[in-house]
Parts: sequence; structure tokens; C-alpha cells
Amino acid sequence: MATKVYVNKEVNVNDEGFLTDPSQWSVDIAREIAKEEGILLTPKHLEVINYIRERVLKGETISMRSINKSGIVNVKELYELFPNTPLKLACKIAGVSKPASCV
Amino acid sequence: MKNIVILGGGTAGTIMANKLRQALEKDEWNIVLIDKEKTHYYQPGLLFIPFDIYKKQDVIKPKMNFFPSGVDVIFSEIERIEPDMNQVVLVDDKHIKYDILIIASGTSIRPEQTPGLMDNLWYNKIFDFYSLEGALALRDFLRKWEGGTMLINIVDLPYKCPVAPLEFAFLADEYFTKKGIRDKVKIKYVTPLSGAFTKPRANKMLSGLLEEKNIEIIPDYYIERVDNEHSSIVSYDNRELNFDLLAIVPLNMGSDMIERSGIGDDLNYVPTNKSTLQSEKFENIFVIGDAANLPTSKAGSVAHFASDILFENILSFIENRPLKAHFDGHANCYIETGFGKGSLIDFNYDTEPLPGTFPLPGIGPFGLLKNTKMNHYGKIMFRWMYWHLLLPGKELPIEPLMSMAGKCEKC
Ligand SMILES: Cc1cc2nc3c(=O)[nH]c(=O)nc-3n(C[C@H](O)[C@H](O)[C@H](O)COP(=O)(O)OP(=O)(O)OC[C@H]3O[C@@H](n4cnc5c(N)ncnc54)[C@H](O)[C@@H]3O)c2cc1C
Repeated sequence: MATKVYVNKEVNVNDEGFLTDPSQWSVDIAREIAKEEGILLTPKHLEVINYIRERVLKGETISMRSINKSGIVNVKELYELFPNTPLKLACKIAGVSKPASCV
Repeated sequence: MKNIVILGGGTAGTIMANKLRQALEKDEWNIVLIDKEKTHYYQPGLLFIPFDIYKKQDVIKPKMNFFPSGVDVIFSEIERIEPDMNQVVLVDDKHIKYDILIIASGTSIRPEQTPGLMDNLWYNKIFDFYSLEGALALRDFLRKWEGGTMLINIVDLPYKCPVAPLEFAFLADEYFTKKGIRDKVKIKYVTPLSGAFTKPRANKMLSGLLEEKNIEIIPDYYIERVDNEHSSIVSYDNRELNFDLLAIVPLNMGSDMIERSGIGDDLNYVPTNKSTLQSEKFENIFVIGDAANLPTSKAGSVAHFASDILFENILSFIENRPLKAHFDGHANCYIETGFGKGSLIDFNYDTEPLPGTFPLPGIGPFGLLKNTKMNHYGKIMFRWMYWHLLLPGKELPIEPLMSMAGKCEKC
């Protein structure tokens, strides 16, 4: 398995750079991953990310609809925060696996 | 007398009714099965209807044909479950008590959830192939169609039978080729996924096939609405795609009855222990098939494999033993690839589809992640197996848990 170093901490990642162990995640690491993706994390980003982590760590699957229903952002706003591939990007920064990796 | 109540008599509910009725004493256990519809649809067969390969009669049979005697069947819409009272309420306010509840209410399409989808182009230029009406309407349309741009679009994840829209694309390519109009049809596969399929090796194989057949793939596309005036779909990031024909997999959601009961997630799937198939919240509720929020495909093969596990665990539950059978998320899907060939994928929660042979190492007869004639026969044979072996709960020549035999990780 590949590893990567963020803020002096070694974490396990898959070949697309997603953390494979969500417990290795921290907000500082999130900032670094976001920077690599050209995103400067704002409190709104973090709200979305925390929501995703909470859901995924409970074993639930995350979809566009669930974010839309979260009351945090709607899908349009999600695209503004995480451009192009919002769900994937948000999951990557949240340190959880790619959405729908189960299909 | 104790009661097992099964909600839904589709693939999973029917299998469970057959298995349990055979195993449990009739003077100890009453089995009640509730479904709102009298017709059983062979859903994998819907895929073949638009292309005039199957007829309506090939995919429907009366549900009653498949329930064993000694099961009380009630045809009624279920209003809700009241888990704290251990009872189910029907629309006519009838209350049914249970000792054990099995939820097998599946998932269905919700075209009304996408703005503009059900306006004047619906069943005019826009069709689904996940319902019999949709598949038949599309068949009639295709018989007369002379070409143009066809979009195949998936609204959101998860949706049942994740390979079905790909198969639809492959069969469409064959259909238009044989009709002599393939050069007049542009086929575009528009998906919210980042590729043809999520898992890397299957993705590579299936993307290769799309390319070979000149089907353009448009990934990472989340549809927001349909513009009926411009005959186009528009994504949340404002990418507009025009169509002359739109074949769509609308949003899939679990039964509204789950929402009315307050026991589902935001797509009405029931949080379920992925290993024991027990509800996460209620000890005496079990969930099987598309209704569960399991991180595996929503497919008939999964329901079938899960039924062996659930059967064992329910017997254990009845005898107050720990639930020892563990489901691994095993899925096994034949993929029609057109022109009499097919592919096959076999995987579970942890192992992605790998190349190799199936079920016998080195022998097959089926080839995993390969494109062969034999795999196509597998799909065709599956319909017979479905009606005669699978629904009645008989043994199939495949083990419920995935096996690594015949698979090659390094290939
Ligand atoms: C086009 C297409 C192709 C497919 N191809 C394949 C394939 O090749 N291989 C494969 O393995 N799978 C395939 N599938 C998927 C497969 O058909 C389903 O995964 C499977 O049928 C799920 O079984 P189930 O019992 O969970 O749900 P279903 O079989 O859908 O049964 C659910 C039942 O619950 C009843 N119900 C729901 N709500 C209520 C209510 N409120 N009151 C009363 N009754 C209710 C419904 O009437 C229905 O009978 C395909 C599906 C489609 C649409």
C-alpha cells in the first residue's frame, strides 16, 4: 500500500490518493489535501467535510441527494465549494473512501 | 403460534418465504407475506424488451406461482412498520403483529425527483427501461426511430444492477448496427461515475468495450434538470447536452413505506448490519435485497447469496443462538456486451472484480472480465434459473460466499 506524508505525518493512501484509514485524518491534513486540489478550506468546506465524515464513519453511504438534504449546502453550492467532481473531492479531503466505491 | 412477517414478495421476499416455510414447523410458525402487486417482474429481462429480444410475456408471471403453500399472502400496500409495537400497518389500517420481521421491499425508480423529466418529452423522447411500461414504450419508439443523438444517463447513485445501463448501451449498438442505421446514431453514456464502472479492473475492460463500439463516455455528470424546450439535459455545473432520445435511469429510492416508518436513510434504505443482515436498530428486524443499505451492488444475485446467510441467522435467532453466518457482499453479474457475447464479474465487499475463470479454476466455463459467447449463454440461462431455481429457494451450483478459486489478482 502506498503512503504519503502530510504535515509530518505518514498516512496510507490508495492509488488515487484517498486515505484508506479515516482515523489517520486531521483538519491539518485536510487543509493540505485541499491545497493540492487548489482549494483553500473555509469553515463552510469544513462543515460539509465533517458531515461527510460523520455519515461515512457510521457506515452510511453518501450521495448527492444526502448532501442536498443535509441543510448545510445545496448541490449548486457544493459545486462552488468543490468544483468539477464535488462529491469525490469532498470525500478525498474528508479522508474517507470514494463515494459509491461499492457499486 | 409465532409470526414471521415478510414485507415484499419480489426476488428476496419470495426466496425467503420458500426457504423458511420448508424449514419451520407449520404448527409453530406462521409466515405472512405482504406485497402490493400480484405480478412478478423478471427485472433483468426488462433490458431486452426495447430491442425486441424479449416480449412482455417473457418477463412477467403471477407472484402466486412462486409462493409455497402454507404462507399467508396478503396483497395490499403496506402503510408503515411500527417497530416499537412489533407490528405492521396496512393501508386499510389492518394491524399485523410479528415476532420476526423481514424487510424485502426493494427499490424503485423516481422520475418525479428530477425537474422536467416527467414533462411533455416523457415517454415521447425520454424513456426509462427499469419499468415494464418504460421498456415497452421505448421499444415502440425504437421501431420507428431513424437516428440522431441518444443519451444514456444515470441520475444518481446507488441504482440497482449497476451494469444494466452499460448493457443497454452495448445492446443498442448492436440493434442500430443490425438495423443499418448505426452511422446515423451517436451514443453517449452520461454518468455520475468517473468512468464506466467504479472498480478499476472492471472499469478498464468496460471502458475499452465502449470505445471499441464507438460509444462516447461523459463522466462525472450529475443531471439537475431536463430542458424540454431545448430537448436537453443540464447538469448542476451547467453542462448542457442535447438529445433526440434520452434513455434514463431515474433516481432509485427504497419504498416510501420505509420513510413513513421513520427507519430509513435519506434514500429510504434501511441501515443494516452488513455481515448479519440484522437491522442496526431493531433486534427482531432483518433486511435483505435492495431495501438494505449494504455497500454492495443492488442485484438479484446479491439477494440470492444473502438469502442463505439470512436463513441461517434467522434459525439461530429463533433458537436464541448468536448470529454466526456472515455475509461478504457477494455479487455475480453477467454483462451482455452485444453481438451474442457477454462478460462476467464476481466480487464482494472487499475484493474487486478480477480476471479468471468461473466457477471452476482453469476450466470455467465462464470467463471473468472476458468477452465471450459462453458468458452470453450464462445470462440467457439465468432467466430459466431465476424462475425455476432461484425464486423457489433451491440450491444453485454457486456458493453464497465469494471464492478466490479461479481468480487471478496479478493478471
Ligand atoms: C433493468 C434491470 C436489469 C437487471 N439485471 C439484473 C441482472 O442481470 N442480475 C441481477 O442479479 N440483478 C439484476 N437486476 C436487479 C434485480 O432485479 C433486483 O436487484 C432484485 O429484484 C431485488 O430484489 P428485492 O426482493 O430486493 O426487490 P424487488 O424484487 O424489487 O421486490 C420488492 C417488492 O416489494 C414490494 N413493495 C415495495 N413497497 C411496498 C409497499 N409499500 N407495500 C407492499 N409491497 C411493497 C414490491 O411490490 C415488490 O414486489 C436488474 C434490475 C433491472 C431494473
